[in-house]
Amino acid sequence: MKAISQKRRHPLAAIALLLMGLLVTGGLYAVATTVNQAKADTTYSASDVAEGGKLFAANCATCHGVGASGSQSGPSLVGVGAAAVDFQVGTGRMPMQMNGPQAEKKPAQFNEAQTKQLAAYVASLAPGPAIPEASVIDGKGDAAKGGELFRTNCAMCHNAAAAGGALTRGKFAPALAGVSGQHIYEAMVTGPQNMPVFNDANISPEGKRDIITYLKQIESNGSPGGADLGALGPVSEGLFVWIAGLGVIIAFTIWLTSRTS
Amino acid sequence: MSSSLTPDAPVFVAKTKGGRITDFVDQRVGGSGILREFGRKVFPDHWSFMFGEVALYSFVILLLSGTFLTFFFDPSMAETHYAGSYTPLKNVEMSVAYSSSLNISFDVRGGLFMRQVHHWAALLFVASVSVHMLRVFFTGAFRKPRELNWVVGSVLLILSMAAGFTGYSLPDDLLSGNGLRIIDGVIKSIPVIGTYISFFLFGGEFPGTMIISRLYMLHILLVPALILLMIVMHLFMVVVHKHTQYPGPGRNDGNVVGYPLGPVYAAKAGGFFFIVFGVVAIMAAFFTINPIWNYGPYDPSPVSAGTQPDWYIGFVDGALRLMPGTIGDWKVEQIWFGHMFTFNVLLPALVPAGILFTVMFTYPWIERWITKDNREHHVLDRPRNAPTRTAIGMAGFVWYCVMWAAAGSDLIATHFHVALNDVTYWLRALFFIGPVIAFIVTKRVALALQRKDREIALHGRETGRIVRLPHGEFIEVHAPLDEYKRYKLVGFESPSPLPAVPNEHGVVDRKERRRAKLSRWFFEDRVAPVTPVELEAAHGHHGSHEAVEAADAQKTLSH
Repeated sequence: MKAISQKRRHPLAAIALLLMGLLVTGGLYAVATTVNQAKADTTYSASDVAEGGKLFAANCATCHGVGASGSQSGPSLVGVGAAAVDFQVGTGRMPMQMNGPQAEKKPAQFNEAQTKQLAAYVASLAPGPAIPEASVIDGKGDAAKGGELFRTNCAMCHNAAAAGGALTRGKFAPALAGVSGQHIYEAMVTGPQNMPVFNDANISPEGKRDIITYLKQIESNGSPGGADLGALGPVSEGLFVWIAGLGVIIAFTIWLTSRTS
Repeated sequence: MSSSLTPDAPVFVAKTKGGRITDFVDQRVGGSGILREFGRKVFPDHWSFMFGEVALYSFVILLLSGTFLTFFFDPSMAETHYAGSYTPLKNVEMSVAYSSSLNISFDVRGGLFMRQVHHWAALLFVASVSVHMLRVFFTGAFRKPRELNWVVGSVLLILSMAAGFTGYSLPDDLLSGNGLRIIDGVIKSIPVIGTYISFFLFGGEFPGTMIISRLYMLHILLVPALILLMIVMHLFMVVVHKHTQYPGPGRNDGNVVGYPLGPVYAAKAGGFFFIVFGVVAIMAAFFTINPIWNYGPYDPSPVSAGTQPDWYIGFVDGALRLMPGTIGDWKVEQIWFGHMFTFNVLLPALVPAGILFTVMFTYPWIERWITKDNREHHVLDRPRNAPTRTAIGMAGFVWYCVMWAAAGSDLIATHFHVALNDVTYWLRALFFIGPVIAFIVTKRVALALQRKDREIALHGRETGRIVRLPHGEFIEVHAPLDEYKRYKLVGFESPSPLPAVPNEHGVVDRKERRRAKLSRWFFEDRVAPVTPVELEAAHGHHGSHEAVEAADAQKTLSH
């Protein structure tokens, strides 16, 4: 103890202290972030990885490069994790049909087994977000809390009723009706397209479960007030009153003022 | 008892009990006199004359359904935790106003239906007022002696928008709160006094705890009272002026041709109320409007995608969306004398609406000054027969619609798969070019329709029957019009430009020269109505068209 206090005025003491501080904060940060990211999935068998590698080479490597290291036409997939693959391939966004503002949803091109093999292959390259456990996507959380989280974090792009919305230059946030809990969860942790990543420090797995619960509940509730007109708010309501409402009334006025002659 | 009261004089005694009661009331109130007077009022029949009635009936529906809603609505902004039956909001912190709106929707019997009746009727009310005004404008019904009634109608339009907006904000949900936030932003963008007005209105910093109850008082007391007053004035003037009529045989500025109010027309109008009520009720029963439970309680931080106002405020929202933040390198938001001037909010929010309403209020006088037309008009113009006015109206209409469409720019982008940026750029261009194109196209179309009318009046209707004459020529048979239909085509005025006239000092002043220029612009492109002489010439030329059908080859050759 005495030795340290004697050397505290040493010319290199400040530098040593700085180094120590950097190491501690950096180390802590690394530990904190890998809590979320580094979940090397061990549930995949070696044959899954091998089959996935073949599927990848045949269907994805043209753009994403050999070994998923990326090319001019597509980003590297090293470290995106199984969750990203399951979301992109499972919703049919990948393989992409054409270049455009963003990859659009379409019927899935691979079956479940193939999707799993692809995910196994990409997950084997480097640790990344894994496919969520069933307990966080069961839709049995707190819908009211989920609604508050949804309005604060998601509604500005996806609309308060989850009906979707426009982004810049042809990009858009899709409607969320009919999207599985697993895909919603994966989208939150991987941030596909223009979506930001909502990691576990941002919204806890419990919060994500609540959001999924909320979305599933408003979907199963349906529309208490009758046909929802796309849940698009006043624009579709205005269109409806002008075309259908006023249209029917004009038909009646014509009938009322027509003469029998 | 004096017998000088002539007890022998025949005194009317009704036969039935009901008749005796009616007679008793009538002798004291004089109802039959009123009925005799009003029952004889004549209303011309045309479907386009009924939008004012739709507006009136929507207003009655609004009063009825609104009264029901006041029984259950609490405009307090005090904080509470939702305890009603809609589970996705269970125990969420919200205002009492929002909570009571949710209770109306989910826990009051028939409450959701009444809320939807009220909201659909509100949208229909403003829509029918607007269509009614378009009809009045395009047929020239605002001309003398109805200029002041046009002004009353314009005030009614603004009041109906005010009623709608104050009501839209009451549930204190996220959507309407975002709308109030925009209004707050617009108020604060007014230089110097904006901040003070905002604090005055909201009782402190936005959103405060006062605004909902203040809007509620305006919505259920002041605005409806003013609307009612204006409706009374409006209808009183309709009775004084009598109704306008479309041109037709036997109709002129000195008469009204149509059905008397009683009994047929009154029955039709009374029945029409129930038709309007029925249409609104069907919409309310089967189609959701303003699902406030989707939006959640108001909180100044979240903003939902696809946030729009109800349709009648849409054009202001659209103008705000179209306004760029910078023009070239020039920032529209400026700091002068150490104060922020947010013109990028102030200009789009106030200028287009200001121009629209100023032109709307003053148009009868503008046209009267240009045309020097000081006569009374009770026969309407067919829109084509006033090409320049119709073109001005369409230019304004298109301008409004461009701003209106801009309010839905995000939905246009997502639903037609185009870029939001491109939608905005196109609408910005159309904001300036659209009205010009609309003016030119409308005027040409109106003139072309007039020429077609002239052609039909002179040569009859094309029947589509092709006849081959003995010498091989093919002709199309034209059927002559009957006199009544022809009257519609020829009975209109087409004034020619009015040159500048010297004033009493014998001088043509600058104002008069300007007026003459505008008069030329207004009337220079004109199609003169067919004169009796022309008609005679056209018909005398080849006799009746049936004669043509009789295949008199020689005669048609000379045609």
